[in-house]
Amino acid sequence: MHPFIETQKEWLRDNIPPFRAGDTLRVNVRVREGDKERIQAFEGVCIAKRGGGVSATFTVRKISNGIGVERIFPVHSPMIAEIIVVRRGRVRRAKLYYLRHLTGKATRIRERKAKVTVPGSETVAEAGVDA
Amino acid sequence: MIGIIGRKLGMTQIFNEEGQQIPCTVVEATPNSVIKVLTKDKVGFDSVELGFGEQRHARESKKGERTPRGRRAHKAVIGHAAKAGVTIAPEVLRSFRLDDAQLKENRKAIPTYALGDKITVEIFTPGEQVKVTGTSKGRGFQGVVKRYGFHGGPNTHGNTKHRRPGSIGPGTDPSRVIKGKKMPGHYGAERHTQTHLRIERVDVARNLLYIRGSVAGPPNGIVLVKKQG
Repeated sequence: MHPFIETQKEWLRDNIPPFRAGDTLRVNVRVREGDKERIQAFEGVCIAKRGGGVSATFTVRKISNGIGVERIFPVHSPMIAEIIVVRRGRVRRAKLYYLRHLTGKATRIRERKAKVTVPGSETVAEAGVDA
Repeated sequence: MIGIIGRKLGMTQIFNEEGQQIPCTVVEATPNSVIKVLTKDKVGFDSVELGFGEQRHARESKKGERTPRGRRAHKAVIGHAAKAGVTIAPEVLRSFRLDDAQLKENRKAIPTYALGDKITVEIFTPGEQVKVTGTSKGRGFQGVVKRYGFHGGPNTHGNTKHRRPGSIGPGTDPSRVIKGKKMPGHYGAERHTQTHLRIERVDVARNLLYIRGSVAGPPNGIVLVKKQG
């Protein structure tokens, strides 16, 4: 591996939960005021993920006092204390920019249910692989 | 001012202590050997010639086995390097003046180097200002809009001259075009020095320099990183 790419790996965070566009996220952001540091949460829908490696970013959109607010966070920024996936959404696009034109009920996103693991399904899956 | 020869690897971004993203060019500078030392007594100025990289001395395959690929160092280069005790011929040779003319008044003690000394990225410290010289990407024959940033004409309102230079000067008097008039021509592939760039990070283990901002040339281009005098 090229040393340049190798060094990038060092700065990647490993505590990022898997999430995708449509998920509702709570991003705990470190806010520095003078010499004090506190944590501020920004909660909203992830409408886009872009980029790769250390320069990857994601966009979170929320409605604050009736006004749409979007924040773009670098995924690997040290200013992000934590990313919490509040709700998984089922969407059919990678970029949800259409949400910007919608208001109220229209912006609702269906919840994505985790795949149900049926007891004994592992053996079935294995048999399928062999066949 | 002493510097180092390196290879531009590309650009990335790093996070600084405040959590800000800093755009950086990564330059790989494997230790440069001092190939030649010129002194004031002998030639009238102090400078060193540094060598970067490696060149093959012999073909890798046996003779007649297959067509040898790649350039091999010629004997002159091998001999020149051998004089400094460097066994592998360097790929690039560049000289660095040690006594900068601009610094005559407050001249610091000129550092002395011996033949075969290794110059590494350790000569730089984070936060230091540097100037980086590279050969810009060749763009071929270009018009004045790309080459000199002329604005061109309007695209609409019946206009038919979109990217033309316009008038190139007065008429009968002087009956010629003034020298140096900016016109279409070859653009790029020329030496360019970017000054006042900040060293953001020095990776001694991997011989990497992280320099804030952009640097002329393509990835894998040869760049010279010099201390800001």
